[in-house]
Amino acid sequence: MGGKLLEVHNVYKVFPGVTALADVDFALERGEIHGLMGENGAGKSTLIKVITGVYQKDAGTIVLDGQEIHPTSPLHAEALGISTVYQEVNLLTNLSVAENLAIGRQPTGTVGIDWKTMNRRAVGILEKFDIDIDVTELLGNYSIAIQQMVAIARALELESKLLILDEPTSSLNADEVEKLFKQMRRLKEQGHSIIFVTHFLDQVFEITDRITVLRNGKYVGEYATPSMTKLDLVSKLMGKSLDDLKNFDSISNHVEIGDDANLIDVKGMEKTNYMNPFDLKVSKGDIVGLAGLLGSGRTEITNLLFGTQKPEGGELHIKGKRVNINSPRKAIAHHLALSPEDRKQEGIISGLSVRENIVLAQQVKNGWLHNINVRKQTELAEKYIGMLSIKTSGVNQPIETLSGGNQQKVILARWLATNPELLIVDEPTRGIDVGAKMEIQRLLVELSKQGMGIVFVSSEIEEVVRCSNRVYILQNRNIVGELRGEEISEQEIMVRIAAKEDRKA
Amino acid sequence: MSRKRLFQISRRDMPLVATFIVFLLLYAFGGFSYRNFMTPRVFFNLLTDNAVLGITAVGMTFVIISGGIDLSVGAVISTTAMIVAVLTQAGMNNVFVIAIALLFGTTLGFLMGGMIQYFKTPPFIVTLAGMFFARGLGYVLSLGSVPITHPFYTNASSIGIKIGNGKLSMPAMALLAMILIGWFISRRTRFGRNVFAVGGNEQSAILMGLPVTQTKIAVYTFSGFCSAVAGFIYTFYTLSGYGLAAMGLEMEAIASAVIGGTLMTGGYGTILGTLLGTLIQGLIKSIIAFNGQFSVFWIKLFTGGMLLGFILLQKIFVYGTKSRRRKR
Amino acid sequence: MKKGRQIPRIAWPLFALGLILFFNLVFTDSFFAITIKDGHLFGSLIDILRRSAPTLIMAVAMTYVIATGGIDISVGSVLAISGSIASLVVWGGNTQYLTSAGSQYYAPMLSIILIPLVASILLGAFNGVMVSFIGLQPFIATLILMTAGRGLAQLLTGGKVLNFRHAGFEFVGRGYLFGLPFPFLLALGVIVLGTVITRLTPMGLYIQAVGGNRSASNFSGVNTRLVLLFVYIFSGFAAGLSGLVMTSDITGADAGFMGLYMELDAILAVVIGGTPMEGGKYNVGGTVVGVLIIQTLTTTILTKGIPTEYTLLVKAIVVVVVLIIQSNKMREVMGKRQGKMIAKGGAAV
Repeated sequence: MGGKLLEVHNVYKVFPGVTALADVDFALERGEIHGLMGENGAGKSTLIKVITGVYQKDAGTIVLDGQEIHPTSPLHAEALGISTVYQEVNLLTNLSVAENLAIGRQPTGTVGIDWKTMNRRAVGILEKFDIDIDVTELLGNYSIAIQQMVAIARALELESKLLILDEPTSSLNADEVEKLFKQMRRLKEQGHSIIFVTHFLDQVFEITDRITVLRNGKYVGEYATPSMTKLDLVSKLMGKSLDDLKNFDSISNHVEIGDDANLIDVKGMEKTNYMNPFDLKVSKGDIVGLAGLLGSGRTEITNLLFGTQKPEGGELHIKGKRVNINSPRKAIAHHLALSPEDRKQEGIISGLSVRENIVLAQQVKNGWLHNINVRKQTELAEKYIGMLSIKTSGVNQPIETLSGGNQQKVILARWLATNPELLIVDEPTRGIDVGAKMEIQRLLVELSKQGMGIVFVSSEIEEVVRCSNRVYILQNRNIVGELRGEEISEQEIMVRIAAKEDRKA
Repeated sequence: MSRKRLFQISRRDMPLVATFIVFLLLYAFGGFSYRNFMTPRVFFNLLTDNAVLGITAVGMTFVIISGGIDLSVGAVISTTAMIVAVLTQAGMNNVFVIAIALLFGTTLGFLMGGMIQYFKTPPFIVTLAGMFFARGLGYVLSLGSVPITHPFYTNASSIGIKIGNGKLSMPAMALLAMILIGWFISRRTRFGRNVFAVGGNEQSAILMGLPVTQTKIAVYTFSGFCSAVAGFIYTFYTLSGYGLAAMGLEMEAIASAVIGGTLMTGGYGTILGTLLGTLIQGLIKSIIAFNGQFSVFWIKLFTGGMLLGFILLQKIFVYGTKSRRRKR
Repeated sequence: MKKGRQIPRIAWPLFALGLILFFNLVFTDSFFAITIKDGHLFGSLIDILRRSAPTLIMAVAMTYVIATGGIDISVGSVLAISGSIASLVVWGGNTQYLTSAGSQYYAPMLSIILIPLVASILLGAFNGVMVSFIGLQPFIATLILMTAGRGLAQLLTGGKVLNFRHAGFEFVGRGYLFGLPFPFLLALGVIVLGTVITRLTPMGLYIQAVGGNRSASNFSGVNTRLVLLFVYIFSGFAAGLSGLVMTSDITGADAGFMGLYMELDAILAVVIGGTPMEGGKYNVGGTVVGVLIIQTLTTTILTKGIPTEYTLLVKAIVVVVVLIIQSNKMREVMGKRQGKMIAKGGAAV
């Protein structure tokens, strides 16, 4: 019993166009709960996938219990003793709880599978976790919290050496999180070692012994939890980017145009279990930033504004007139645009070319009677390919062959092409290299100078600071503050985000 | 600990219960409408008349649960019967004939499963090609009908157990046997449970270490086997092999499964439900025959309507269970 | 990522068609001979064009359905309903007729053509509503109509095979215009209609978008429900039109067997033609080639004197071969080969 349980050294993982992990280290002691943190694109999920065999590392070593390992698949990793419970709970919701625990190894008797014994064993397994549920019920009929517990129980039954919990609390309420933590502490007492991947600050301070922070694919550092403050952690997470092109116009502090040029005025908009009531204003020429950690409500606000999620309360006024936007089509008709965070689900349409992906929203805006012919489509596409420096061999290239960053640009182009009055961008520079990030920010500022209103959501705090003339601070699905003009700085934003939240019921 | 209720019908059994109730209602309707309906003979005839469909539907159920589909079953039945006819008339030993016939269906199923799994081609198209192949083979063996005069087959209709004024014929026994086997596989074997896993969430099944490739190939092999058995049984009815036999049977088998509660999306289904689905289709035919007024063509119409009803019911169900998530 | 020219998806089916035609060129006398008889073109090739028309009409519409990621297996039954209605209309709705030849009755052409088409469009709309509004899986939704529809068709004709003679209507299936078979011209018309709708309006773009990523399409404001409704209505319309052609051709309606399994041929043609079953970029030209392959194969077998019983077997083998060649596995293998070649050559990928 000596040495660390898991040691990861100098790991690299490169995908076409982006380096997901560069020289990353990670170490896990025996019998500890270790938090792994990082904002979007930091590389924490890539690191986990490398450790669990989903991806093959391009360089570096992984040493488990003193032996170097090369996991080639999740199954292989499991055989080596690494068990993972994912956020999506990769179990079988159409089978019973007991079956999920036993499948592949069900006990058999004289007449085939012995269900009674299987059920009995399942009850016993769950008892160890202080869980008392009907094991014959379908797994899918239980809440995600219970499903996760079952997944953890199954993982541990497999005699694992280490347990990885990947964002386990994202779908849990406060009580369920407490229960989970109780289990985790119990497991720790029993000698298990756990990697706890999360983006929730408070939880990390509550349950972990040590924390490792990644940022932009690089290793930032490893810290003993008791020795950190929230502000320390927030600053490590949001850190300074590699970009040293600081000769960018600090237009971020331009004077706010008066209230009478209001573009969007939101009062009390909310949706149960989604977003608490919030007020928000955007004027022509504004760039309004939404700053907060993952899960604080940034994307939720964008979805409510654009109509992909129907608001359940509150009012929305566009240029003084009250409107009800409950679908993207309506939003587009009102000259809104949203470049979404999840480009796979809500952005990229594979099978279509770059040109077709770019013109789609504008075509919708034109309606059925005004078809944009191929020549005009090509013109439009080429205009934005140039404007955003999209790397493609031509407008007809199938979009799935573009790199992630260029795909992101195509989606942005799609929405820019609709000439919106209000443009909402959610993580517009994700996956894009540093030079291009600057280009896009310059472009957004240019557009705002021409009168476009912009809502800017990004986990890159310095981008938000650089571009916005107003910033709303978000915490736990609430807008908790607003910074204007000169007040905006990275320091101030981080302080506000880390500030003690009012304990709401 | 789980509380034991007297009639423990969990929500997930509801589709099966619904199907059973419909079956009873239909039967009751027949009983009230026609004098000779409630006799053992009618019941056992129901089993006999739908044995071929029922046996086929067992195999189809497994395929659909795994998330796939098998369009070749009707053709396999027809060609198996043709093989039996041709070989028997050529004087081959009965045992060999049966062996070859069963081997044909099973092997075709195996090959289709292999193609689906290895080449990642859609089951719809692969089993469609299988259908063409099987039927084509049948035509090549003989374009016209080939009679079977061997006493083993001609005497088969006299075999059976008399119950009341009805008879449990050999095909009916085969149907019940196949249902039992199907039920056993689906509930009591690891393979059966793996089929549910694969159909429920193939990704998860892979991550959980289940033998997904073998399972998927095996379901098509098994379906081929069932169709071959059904084809063999079919010869007892027609005493011949005929290239155009069993047309449209694959859709009837799918209907049996769907009416019985099997979801086309995979992961859900019961053998008992499929049996009920088969018998319900048979009941519709019986009732219309008894009625005499409605032409035979109303059968398809009613079956279509029944399908619609069950599918809408399923839609409400699956939607219902998903929204009512939070338990404890 | 692969650089350089990608082999267009239509290449393989064209190649296959070319092979079959070449085979005929060498081994079949006067396969390519076209003469003029009775004031119209005549020959094996013309025959292929004529016989392929019903399937072609359905397959073109099926292309759009499959492009949205769906499928329509009800078209055979809709065809039968359309044909049955047409026959009934010819007889003024009276089925108590005699099948003796020679008796003629002139129902107005417009009714014979319009009523079945309207019915088919309504049936297509039923499918569309099931899929887009109620959200049923396309296979199941169209299975309902496939089952019930066949029964309905048989009910309409009372189970009899309705024969008739109608000089005007017979032209639809048997006539020749500009020397070419009228059914084939109708098929061309459907292709033109489809192309006009999908190219002159954004419908084509939307169809592909829905098939590529339905949620992203919704997110971009596309009215995905309308798009789905359209493709199924068009498919119903096409099936109805095919029914008219078929009925007119055989001057009768055999409700039990008309169009049986035709949807399978149509789907097959679409897949061979290169439109992926999961949906996305469609290829109507490929579908046309696919239909021609199937039909040419059948005609080749006929003219070669190969017993017709081998048709299905040959069809099966051709399908399997095309599938294998088109499959991703094959692309992987070829890709690896290309990769090895490039690596050997030392050229940068």
